[in-house]
Amino acid sequence: MRPIEILTQVLELVAALAAAPLFLGWINQCRAWLQNRRAPSVWLPYRGIRKLFHKDAVIAESASALFRVAPYIVFAAMVVAAAIIPSMGTRLPITLAADAIALVGLLATARVFLSLAAMDIGTAFGTLGARREMMVGFLAEPALLMVIFVASLISATTALPAITENLATQTLGLYPSLAFTAIAFTMVLLAENARIPIDNPSTHLELTMIHEAMLLEYSARHLALMEWAAALKLFNYACIGFALFIPWGISTGEGGPAALLASIPLLALKLVAAGAGLAFIETISAKLRVFRAPEFLAAAFLFAVLGLLVHLLLGA
Amino acid sequence: MAGTPLDLQLLNLCAALLLLLSFAMLAQRRIVTLVNLLAVQGVLLLVATLLLAWRTGQNHLYISAALTLGLKVILLPWLLHRLIRRLQVYWDTEPLLNISGTMLVGLLVVVFAFGLAQPISALASTATRSAIGIAVAVILLSFLTMITRRKATSQVVGFLSMENGLFFGAMSATYGMPMIVEFGVALDVLVAVLVLGIFFFQIREQFDSLDLHHLESLKENRPTSSRQPSEGGH
Repeated sequence: MRPIEILTQVLELVAALAAAPLFLGWINQCRAWLQNRRAPSVWLPYRGIRKLFHKDAVIAESASALFRVAPYIVFAAMVVAAAIIPSMGTRLPITLAADAIALVGLLATARVFLSLAAMDIGTAFGTLGARREMMVGFLAEPALLMVIFVASLISATTALPAITENLATQTLGLYPSLAFTAIAFTMVLLAENARIPIDNPSTHLELTMIHEAMLLEYSARHLALMEWAAALKLFNYACIGFALFIPWGISTGEGGPAALLASIPLLALKLVAAGAGLAFIETISAKLRVFRAPEFLAAAFLFAVLGLLVHLLLGA
Repeated sequence: MAGTPLDLQLLNLCAALLLLLSFAMLAQRRIVTLVNLLAVQGVLLLVATLLLAWRTGQNHLYISAALTLGLKVILLPWLLHRLIRRLQVYWDTEPLLNISGTMLVGLLVVVFAFGLAQPISALASTATRSAIGIAVAVILLSFLTMITRRKATSQVVGFLSMENGLFFGAMSATYGMPMIVEFGVALDVLVAVLVLGIFFFQIREQFDSLDLHHLESLKENRPTSSRQPSEGGH
């Protein structure tokens, strides 16, 4: 374990923790611009989190210990996920402990605890949100796994850094299989992060909300952690997307500190582009009814499997 | 993939997009969009033919590309659009299976087609032999489109798309055969005849199930016109 590897790991973690709310703020700002509204500051998510940390927590009388612990577990799961995903360099000490499938499991753990905590209080909204979240999750997970399998097949490993390194060093070419899986991944990203075709992140309308419904009972530091975790989740998904589909410019350990330094502005550039793209998708699409969500996610699964089949047949 | 020439990569991309388009057709309920997708399929076929002609230097493929452009990209979609306007059928009725179910069946069909085409691709010596599986898949998916639809117009679109799949299969399996041009023309004429046949079939169906003057008299037979959406089923 060389010092540069540890440095990369620490830098990645700090960047994920610090930049996740900024990424969310950037998406919100882009959305506001596209919708001809006056944009909120990109720093707004930070202010929200700081404000919440300074408040006193109120917890429902019927809450069990699970309700109190869940925010920490969800947040920790997201931090560990951020540590596993190669966003700046591929030589990360922690990634030896978990491969891409474990990463999906980690995300599932966070989802399960979030849903359990939402049902713990026993309010109707929490249960409703939890049930919808689980429905979306169980449909999105196979699609996400399929996406990862295609990348794994191409590089013959399930270790995320190895996949990224392999894809980054391949010659440029047209890969229909990767194009299909990229579409599938984008759809999964939108569904899993409560973005617009499935859920509207900025609404508290009872009948439509999924993610917000689960957080209704949380306040103060618990809510802050949950919101930070949600921002981290979005950041993580974006980084998985970069690692699988646009891995160029990532430091593979040979270049030393210079390559690591060079990868930071590149990551920032990718995030800026991805945020603008997400805002664009959210602006041009309408929110689907909850009962149409399975169709949306079945389409994502279809794209991923098509990518797999096309790769097997054409070798492309 | 590394080291594959760019034109072959583009051909592979065309093949993959054709497969994707077949699924889009399978999912589409609006007949107008279905016809547009058929036209896009024609365009992809045209691009694939041109690429292949350029790659192999087979001049007769340019002729079949011209045929594709004239017939499949321009004439047939135009005819179908006119037919839809005349018949006032814009939506297909609910397919026999729901969309997600159809998609899953479609995936199984693709797996079956790929398995089926494996020995054929092993025998073929063309550069595009790996696309044979996709051609077979397109044919079977179009067949599935025909099976799951009730309206005659969407069935015709399914049939035409099946013909496109056949054409693509012939192209990727044996581009050396000059027979293909004749084969394509013959089949296309058949298709054109079929389109007109369906047209007459529709008219006859209108006459059978409804009043003879129903199409001309718009005002008098209001109550019967409400039956129109459900009468495409038989």
